[in-house]
Amino acid sequence: MFIITLLRPWAVARRHSRPTIANPFPPFAFMKLLQQMWTFFASVQLAIFSLCCIALTSIIGTVVPQGETHAEYLARFGEKTATFFHILDIPRMYSSWWFYALLTMLAINLVVCSIDRFPTAWRLIRANSLDISPARLAAMSSVRHFVIKAPVAATINWQQFLRPFGRAQEASNAHGSLFLVERGRYSRLGVYLVHLSILVIFVGAGIGQLFGFKGSVMLPEQNETDRVFATADSAPIPLGFTVRCQSFTIDYYDSGMVKEYRSRLTILEEGREVLSRDIVVNSPLQYKGITFYQSSYKPHPEFIVDIAPAGSAAKLFTLPFQEERVWEERGLRFGVINAEGSGQRAVRAKLWFKVGDGEPVTRWLADNETVTMTSEGKDYAIRIKQLYSTGLQVARDPGVWIVYGGCLLLVFGLYVAFFLSHRRIWLSLGKEENGCVAIILAGVTNKNKLAFAKTFEQLAEDIERRTGTAG
Amino acid sequence: MDSAQLLGITTFTYLFSSLLYVFLLVFNTQRLARVATGFTAVALAVQTIGLILRWVESYQMGIGRAPLTNMYESLVFFAWSIVALYLYIEWKFATRAIGPFAVPLAFFAMAYASFAGSIDKSISPLVPALQSNWLVAHVVTCFIGYAAFAIAAALGLMYLFKTRDQANTASRTTLLPPLPILDDLIHKTMIFGFIWLSVGIITGAIWANSAWGTYWSWDPKETWSLITWFFYAITLHARYTRGWNGDRLAVLALCGFASVLFTYLGVNLLLSGLHSYGAS
Repeated sequence: MFIITLLRPWAVARRHSRPTIANPFPPFAFMKLLQQMWTFFASVQLAIFSLCCIALTSIIGTVVPQGETHAEYLARFGEKTATFFHILDIPRMYSSWWFYALLTMLAINLVVCSIDRFPTAWRLIRANSLDISPARLAAMSSVRHFVIKAPVAATINWQQFLRPFGRAQEASNAHGSLFLVERGRYSRLGVYLVHLSILVIFVGAGIGQLFGFKGSVMLPEQNETDRVFATADSAPIPLGFTVRCQSFTIDYYDSGMVKEYRSRLTILEEGREVLSRDIVVNSPLQYKGITFYQSSYKPHPEFIVDIAPAGSAAKLFTLPFQEERVWEERGLRFGVINAEGSGQRAVRAKLWFKVGDGEPVTRWLADNETVTMTSEGKDYAIRIKQLYSTGLQVARDPGVWIVYGGCLLLVFGLYVAFFLSHRRIWLSLGKEENGCVAIILAGVTNKNKLAFAKTFEQLAEDIERRTGTAG
Repeated sequence: MDSAQLLGITTFTYLFSSLLYVFLLVFNTQRLARVATGFTAVALAVQTIGLILRWVESYQMGIGRAPLTNMYESLVFFAWSIVALYLYIEWKFATRAIGPFAVPLAFFAMAYASFAGSIDKSISPLVPALQSNWLVAHVVTCFIGYAAFAIAAALGLMYLFKTRDQANTASRTTLLPPLPILDDLIHKTMIFGFIWLSVGIITGAIWANSAWGTYWSWDPKETWSLITWFFYAITLHARYTRGWNGDRLAVLALCGFASVLFTYLGVNLLLSGLHSYGAS
């Protein structure tokens, strides 16, 4: 509490200054300004205002396509509008200065209003509800009075009577004795947890922005890279290791719809393989805090030809369409002389293949199919595959777990804030007077008042039934 | 019986239960109330079987995925959530009379799913982006939220209807719950929807992070879900601190549902973005 008071020096100043006379001393004028600003930033009006602003301006970015070049906006919206967009950062509005300003305003509002209200909430949480007079009980919104015969009152175990609502605390005071069932006092913290969780999410997002990166790279099969390119400005970002794309394949359903995009990636550290794994959409590869996501691909008018002479190791060749290649040691000449496909995708390719001075042979091969071709009495296992580049989304986000933590806290906070309430039920037994005992049943809740009223009525009826007295 | 037939039947049973509930309201009779509720429960059971069957059929086709992946299936699930939630509220708060406003929404969703020409009803396999365990969690949480907001809007409409009708001597709305209870119910369903929408947005963010490498990319669907979230956040703050209840809350419940509908349907139909799977 002490820290919070320190954060509000004018709260002290308020006590010392006299409200009736205008204060001539500049420090107090300054304090007054601070105090006004504090009140402004603590207000719910500001919260509603900034939420409205964020919500309304967010709509712009869903209508105006984001992240395109100035030329595209010129073509679509005309010069005046495009210039206007440019000045207001509309093409990248969610990272514009004014949108950040709105988010900052919301964050300050959350901090200030929470600090402003928290002491009151904390006082209510820590309050000793047993220290209360019958007069205050009688003034509560839910209250019932009973006067019952002392012998009847003596037969009732009030502790047990209140048990369905919780364990009752007991105290005796000058007026008689008092039972209190208090539940969910800490639920008053729910709203602060929610506000805190939003700040935690902001912090996590900020850490991601400051210490992480988002980039991408188009990596042809059999190629490697030690850098990727930033999404925002295409600046190269060194990875600190090398990633190699061994292969990229697309799998189709019978209907022709794509079933799967799959890249086989290998991580190399100083030329040494350390990790090899397949990635598909929804199943990325993570290494040293950097994550590689399967995000796109690009077909090339080139082919990978994989030739394995019987009994010896295979060799891979990457060759453009309709260009001859030679494997000197084996005396092989080959090329892809024709291809069929749809769009840029080759479905099958025609191989031209010649061993030494033998007759050249040609054959159609389905994409990625391995066939055995025989020439000059020797078998060759051959596979032809169209060359693709895999499009990798590459990201490092050290703030993501903080964001997830914030999300968890948000849901927990919402649950506490909305479903739990601070309920108190008092039962005060007066001292015996003329053979009778005056009973006050009182209750209060901070939320869900209708349900509480029902519970309270039921309790009052129970007392009537047990004592045979109308309240 | 296959799933298509069962779901087709559901459309008409929801129409019939809507008519029953409206009949109750118009003729101000409590006698048929049990019948209406019973009928709606049966319709829900038929639809549940239809949904399960569609799931099973997808396995028989060798595709094997939850029936929650395109516009048709989402509308069917939306209708299911509305009726399930409605019956829960009816049971929990013992208020049968809110049916004439809530159940027709389920019928409209089913009718739109069944009869709109642009909606493909076939069971098609999943594109790579949707092949994730987060799919079920994300879609289910979002639609529970949407259904709650739909019911909050139905209650809002009922609230406005009742306040306008109370001056009328031949009031038809004596069957409807009293205004304070309605107001409380609107607030409660809104809170319920708000929490589920929050979880829906969060599961979506986690999924996006595992599929695209960013938990938030300001894609139109994401942005609109956030706008809707803000709208309800503002409404709840306004009620808590400014005492906005009654007529105002009812109107806000309707406006909020308009935002939900835009997030759900408008974004797919009018805007473009990453969430295009739900468009057909």
